[in-house]
Amino acid sequence: MTGFGSILRCGVHVPRLRLSRACIAEAMGWTAAPARSAPRGARAVCNWDEDTLTLAVEAARTCVAPLAHDAVIDSIMFCSTTAPFADRDDAAVIAAALDFPETLETSNLGASLRAGTGGLVNACRRRGHTLLVAGDARLTRPGSPQELTYGDAAVALLIGPSSPDALATVLGVHSLTSDFVDHYRMAGADFDYALEERWVRDESLMQLIPKAVGALLSAAGLDAGAVKRFLIPTSAGNAKRIAQSCGLAAAAGDSAVLTECGDAGAATALLMLASVFDSAEPGDLTVLVGIGQGVDAVLLRIESAARSGQAMARALSRKRDEPSYLRYLSHRGLIDVDFGMRAERDQRTAHTVAYRKRRAITGFVGGRCGRCAAVQFPLSRVCVNPECRATDTQVAHRLADSLGRVKTFTEDWQAFAPRPPYSYGNVEFAEGGNLLMEFTDVEPGDLAVNDEVRFVFRIKDEDRARGFRRYFWKATKV
Amino acid sequence: MASGIKNKVVIAGMGCTKFGERWSCGSDDLMIEAFGEALQDAGIERDRIEAAWLGVFFDEQSTGKSSLPMSMALRLPNIPTSRVENLCATGTEALRGAVYAVAAGACDIALALGVEKLKDTGFGGLPERTKGTFEDLYLPSSTAPGAFAQLAVAYAGKYGFGMPELKRAMAHISCKSHDNASRNPKAHLRNRITEQQVLDAPAISYPLGVLDCCGVSDGAACAIVTTPQIARSLGKRDAVAVQALQLVPSNGVEMGHQSWDGTHTLTTPLAAKRAYAEAGIRNPREEIDLIEVHDCFSITELVLMEDLGLSDIGRAPHDVLDGRYDRDGAIPCQIDGGLKCFGHPIGASGLRMAYEIYQQLLGRAGERQLRGRSGQGPSIGLTQNLGGIPNRNIASVSVFGLLGT
Repeated sequence: MTGFGSILRCGVHVPRLRLSRACIAEAMGWTAAPARSAPRGARAVCNWDEDTLTLAVEAARTCVAPLAHDAVIDSIMFCSTTAPFADRDDAAVIAAALDFPETLETSNLGASLRAGTGGLVNACRRRGHTLLVAGDARLTRPGSPQELTYGDAAVALLIGPSSPDALATVLGVHSLTSDFVDHYRMAGADFDYALEERWVRDESLMQLIPKAVGALLSAAGLDAGAVKRFLIPTSAGNAKRIAQSCGLAAAAGDSAVLTECGDAGAATALLMLASVFDSAEPGDLTVLVGIGQGVDAVLLRIESAARSGQAMARALSRKRDEPSYLRYLSHRGLIDVDFGMRAERDQRTAHTVAYRKRRAITGFVGGRCGRCAAVQFPLSRVCVNPECRATDTQVAHRLADSLGRVKTFTEDWQAFAPRPPYSYGNVEFAEGGNLLMEFTDVEPGDLAVNDEVRFVFRIKDEDRARGFRRYFWKATKV
Repeated sequence: MASGIKNKVVIAGMGCTKFGERWSCGSDDLMIEAFGEALQDAGIERDRIEAAWLGVFFDEQSTGKSSLPMSMALRLPNIPTSRVENLCATGTEALRGAVYAVAAGACDIALALGVEKLKDTGFGGLPERTKGTFEDLYLPSSTAPGAFAQLAVAYAGKYGFGMPELKRAMAHISCKSHDNASRNPKAHLRNRITEQQVLDAPAISYPLGVLDCCGVSDGAACAIVTTPQIARSLGKRDAVAVQALQLVPSNGVEMGHQSWDGTHTLTTPLAAKRAYAEAGIRNPREEIDLIEVHDCFSITELVLMEDLGLSDIGRAPHDVLDGRYDRDGAIPCQIDGGLKCFGHPIGASGLRMAYEIYQQLLGRAGERQLRGRSGQGPSIGLTQNLGGIPNRNIASVSVFGLLGT
């Protein structure tokens, strides 16, 4: 059985903050009849400076990090229903953050939660190597059922020609389309509107999925019994019923993604696949289903899954409890907090400059002096090394994947910060050079001189007057 | 080799407004107030001034751009005027323009005026501002206390001080300046405070509390400078002469190169060295009677004692706690209350420092008059005015002395 293509690498990023469902229930439980027991688990939530794009960049970096820098990636495909830009190539921002060359092809898929598996199907049919990135960070109305079940995360898969070193080989695909509205979100709306779960289960999932899975397996000449894993982005109860109706004996679903992170929209099915890589054995046959106005059913054979390096488990293990429901609401713009007059500052972007300096700002590319080897950010015409000061000797030097150490820091309560205090300081790069930069994902008291830091792509600030969001790199503790 | 500025230019007169929250005054009122005092002090007519320099930093929030706000407010007789701006060293930059013009012989009498109207912004602290179209894309939107607070973090780490120990020395600095300002009727903050109050004050930017920070004030200060000959012709017996006026800006090393350790300013030691050479000072610890430094934050004053060569490196906290820079110490620092308590109307601050040295050298400082090393009154005073943040700044060091000394 030859494949369509292989999944060569996998990267997962789950934002660090976790809002426990008990915390949500404590804040919003009054809106419904008392529950018999407190809801379990936590949902991953974006920090104020994270959005689908920053999650996607981090997942993509994790995915490609083990590759030699000259590894050829032909295209980036970004799949999301919450891409920050309605008209600006979000995939191109990811490409720029990875400092990929202009020759790269980009595409974006959205408009349905099936975008993630749709991207996988699409990528498998392409030539060359595709970096598929799926992520979602959906807003949820306070008190809604979605507030408890949704979560924010992104996953990246490198898809290429079949290879024995692959994590998995895609053996077959079967898609069905049906304009069934289990939930919807009109363009420009903040929140999903969800329909009755039982109707969705009985009239859509239980009808379409057995049909698609049956066709998939019969095309592959396989028996339902051969399938070891069955992955479907729905509740564990639903997954079990659906597996039974497909005649599958396989363990259905994956609880870790839904309980510890939450339903991350277009990314969920692929996150479940990443989770399977953490534990599957070579040869395990897996059926992956994507849902959204139809289904994608994908048959995969696990190859050397261990190569994923426990991507999902590692992503879930980096976490910090967010004890404040109100602060979470503020981070997502769900309450309008008064941050004082300093927050009124005009954050207009000179786009001519942003474009001219795009490798520095989006790619975090500095300079390295060809004469004295001093690394510096930004790349400048004249070397900063006081012993050198040579002109036009610098070559591009990417700092995004470097490490640094905290030289100085402060926790500033005067400056405007959506999550006070505003932490920043001087960071010295491992290869030399210094930059005064912002720290993120740190709480008061976390930082100390000489702490080791790495760099992450984050929202720098928001221009509310013109509706523009800009990004830069921040330091965070290793 | 240039001969330097020493004794080529003297101060004919100076003026300084009361600093503070001058709600009822605009920048024009403040300029007129300081200028009036200086004219009277110099004993000259307005029209004898041949050129003038205006220093203002936050032009967007107060005067608007150019030197026209000064030329128009003072109705100067269409003489050449310039506006200068070098961050918080702006006042000294204005003085430098006027002093150099007189030294060059381009004019006989020149005016340097610094003004800042900070309290029209609507909130505490300094106004928000852009860092320019490129830097706004990557530098943190830091505040002044946040930028300087990092000196304390780096200093404590490098010289082995626990933060509580360093904070105690910093608290002593603030208390000393409040104490000094209580004797200065023009100072913004004249209340006395205790070290415990400083330590207990609300956090501003770790490890600085609100009482580690200088006053945000409205105010203006100015100097009329001329040649020693003209000063004599005006009947000035004891003229205060400029003995050194040095300016050292960063060139980016602290911002971008790993060689800077974040514990001190890189620029001030250079400016001090050049100023001591220009003024002919061999041992500043023995020769300087009083100093006014850029104490925007307590930690800034602390490290500047080392940057100026007045304390050994890593020893300033001990010297501070020993009272070396107190009113009755070996080298009184901020005898007028400093930026901390006299206040910090940015464009005026460098000139305000010179104003205090000028008053002290002429024995006109009233209740806060120092006796100096000789007991006959101080004869050499130093000002250090710093623009910017530790990561990049403009350090100026000036030395003033009675003519002939």
